[in-house]
Amino acid sequence: MINLQYFARYRDALGLDAEQLEWDPSLRCVDDLRKKLLGRGSQWEVLAERNLMCARNQELCGLDEPLADGDEVAFFPTVTGG
Amino acid sequence: MSIRVQEAPFDPGAELNALHAANLGIGAVAGFVGYVRDFNDGRDVAGMFLEHAPGMTEKALAKIADEAAQRWPLLRLEILHRVGPLDPGEPIVFVGAASAHRDAAFDACRFVMDYLKTRAPFWKKETTPEGSRWVEGRTSDQSAAVRWRG
Repeated sequence: MINLQYFARYRDALGLDAEQLEWDPSLRCVDDLRKKLLGRGSQWEVLAERNLMCARNQELCGLDEPLADGDEVAFFPTVTGG
Repeated sequence: MSIRVQEAPFDPGAELNALHAANLGIGAVAGFVGYVRDFNDGRDVAGMFLEHAPGMTEKALAKIADEAAQRWPLLRLEILHRVGPLDPGEPIVFVGAASAHRDAAFDACRFVMDYLKTRAPFWKKETTPEGSRWVEGRTSDQSAAVRWRG
């Protein structure tokens, strides 16, 4: 199982803040997961943005971060705190 | 080392004074306060909502604080960030660094802010006369963080 979270503008665009996906061993890294989500349709194109950020198990990571069953993955736009 | 993420308003002066309290080895305290402005990107701003990623936020801030403590001889370090609804003029963020001498305090304070801006999961949504809008990240923030690499 993969626990997915979407924050801020992405959550608004997707109309979804979190979901669970069945574990799929063919998803080797966060980018594989992102591409699978992009295949869901045009609404998901926000995940194709160049400055997309992502986190695995609550730590910022790159798109090449490996995935494992049980991971929590978050996608979000560039952070704007401070 | 103190990390706080809270909805409640805070008094930056009180935070700054507390950093020095009861430690006579501290010779320098540097503080930064970020405020909500009433104007941004060509529009009046009537208010703001600060979203964050609970759990991830605290971890990200602790990691930044740890890195600052490894780079400089700090005696105290505080990061305080508000979330939820904010009005123009209210403080959003406070970073304070205490050390024996000024260089470490100044540099650590700036380092923490530069990293917080690019690595801590906060997002601003502004309320303007034309409706609300998510604030977009700035490339100048990215280049400000890059200077600390190496």
